[in-house]
Amino acid sequence: MTDARYSPLHDLHVGLGASFTDFAGWQMPVRYDSDLAEHHAVRERVGMFDISHMAEISVTGSQAGEFLDFAVAGKMSALALGQAKYTLLLTEAGTVIDDLIIYRLGDEHWLVVANAGNRFAALDALKARVAGFSANVVDQSDETAMIAVQGPSALAVLESTVGLSLSDTAAERPQTTLADLKYYWTLPAVFLGHPVLIARTGYTGEDGFELYIDSTEAAALWTALAQAGEDHGIVPCGLACRDTLRLEAGMPLYGHELTLDIRPAQAGLGKVVALSKEGDFVGRSASEQDLPADAPVLVALVGDGKRAARADYEVFVGDDKIGIVTSGALSPTLGFPIALAYVHPSHAAEGSVVDVDVRGTRIPFTVSTLPFYRRKKD
Amino acid sequence: MSNPQELKYTEEHEWLRVEGDNAVVGITAYAAEKLGDVVYVDLPKVGASIKAGTVVGEIESTKSVGELFAPADGTVTAVNDAVVASPELVNSDPFGDGWLIKIEVSDLPELLSADQYTALTGE
Repeated sequence: MTDARYSPLHDLHVGLGASFTDFAGWQMPVRYDSDLAEHHAVRERVGMFDISHMAEISVTGSQAGEFLDFAVAGKMSALALGQAKYTLLLTEAGTVIDDLIIYRLGDEHWLVVANAGNRFAALDALKARVAGFSANVVDQSDETAMIAVQGPSALAVLESTVGLSLSDTAAERPQTTLADLKYYWTLPAVFLGHPVLIARTGYTGEDGFELYIDSTEAAALWTALAQAGEDHGIVPCGLACRDTLRLEAGMPLYGHELTLDIRPAQAGLGKVVALSKEGDFVGRSASEQDLPADAPVLVALVGDGKRAARADYEVFVGDDKIGIVTSGALSPTLGFPIALAYVHPSHAAEGSVVDVDVRGTRIPFTVSTLPFYRRKKD
Repeated sequence: MSNPQELKYTEEHEWLRVEGDNAVVGITAYAAEKLGDVVYVDLPKVGASIKAGTVVGEIESTKSVGELFAPADGTVTAVNDAVVASPELVNSDPFGDGWLIKIEVSDLPELLSADQYTALTGE
């Protein structure tokens, strides 16, 4: 057991009265006051999250793109400068080591963002796979902080943050302003002279941004964002609402919906595996095989009433156990229980009715479609 | 939030307001804070007989499930319908409007004083 790790923003969280939870060895805010209020703030206004526990791995070199095409499931060499892509790191057996977002930051420079709990698994896999390529894999997690600003007013907050401005090189990008920046694209920025990467990405189902900055400057940036957000009703948000927000948006969480036992196609992520790209990649031959006919598949479940199906609860049809819940909550936005579960494919069709064993009581749930919640586009 | 002096407490984070043979029961502010926002409360039926230390209800937050343990032997004489309809009362007023059940006590075990309970939770 190693010592707990602390975000560079830890003292700020303590000052804000946060409750903390262990997350992958990190002491991170689980909530500041009310996780429901934080959830609603992101849906209705704007919230800010410290996600500095995420792992950042830099990949550089003349063959960095070819290396990533071999190492992960997507075609990273095809990304344009400033573009991001959601992808998967697979085993040879085609199961999931981690889900990643990869950003192209230069002609020979990509940034791989991995889950905190998979920092070393991802790093080890990338370092093992880089052999023979002219590329370098460097862990930058300790030096990099990450702040997410999420919600309908996120753009307004960033635009009014004192000291934060786009870099001169932003003018050369396909989208040159934050307002024009498309989902899964980035712009280079500076905060009080220090580089910031601003990405229009997130894990909430709302519009928003994720900002990467040197750990040493993170507290000043957090404070500036909070000040800019005051007029917009910004609240600091913990991991509790981050989880209910991502669940409503139907986004998988590693360790729940994605594991070393799961192939992407089971999780509805078959298209993330770019079988059409040229050349071999780790997990390719396994991914080309069809799933076994009885392989469990991920479904969305919705229930009546207020009782949540939670992770590890068993799913039944009659007396037959046909699956297991991987995530679940009483949806704060929708007001009814929502869950993700792996079930036998014969019960995966939309409209199928199953029972979840909620601590000894069978509660009916209906197979629905993802996402549970979709924001209204303006 | 400090623990009211006039109440008794259990190690399972219930409080009791004992008045003769009757007691009002709820969970402490400490327990409510640890649970997070309460979104669902499942309480025993009026008339149910309960035994100290057994699970008689559930208090669910967005993130977890807490169990309500009977703090004494007795019979349930009332449940708080307001808290069933508005579970957030457990967070906003745990020692008041967020009460959970009333019981007629047949046997009251030894309970903690406010100071003892405060020492137990270290807050």
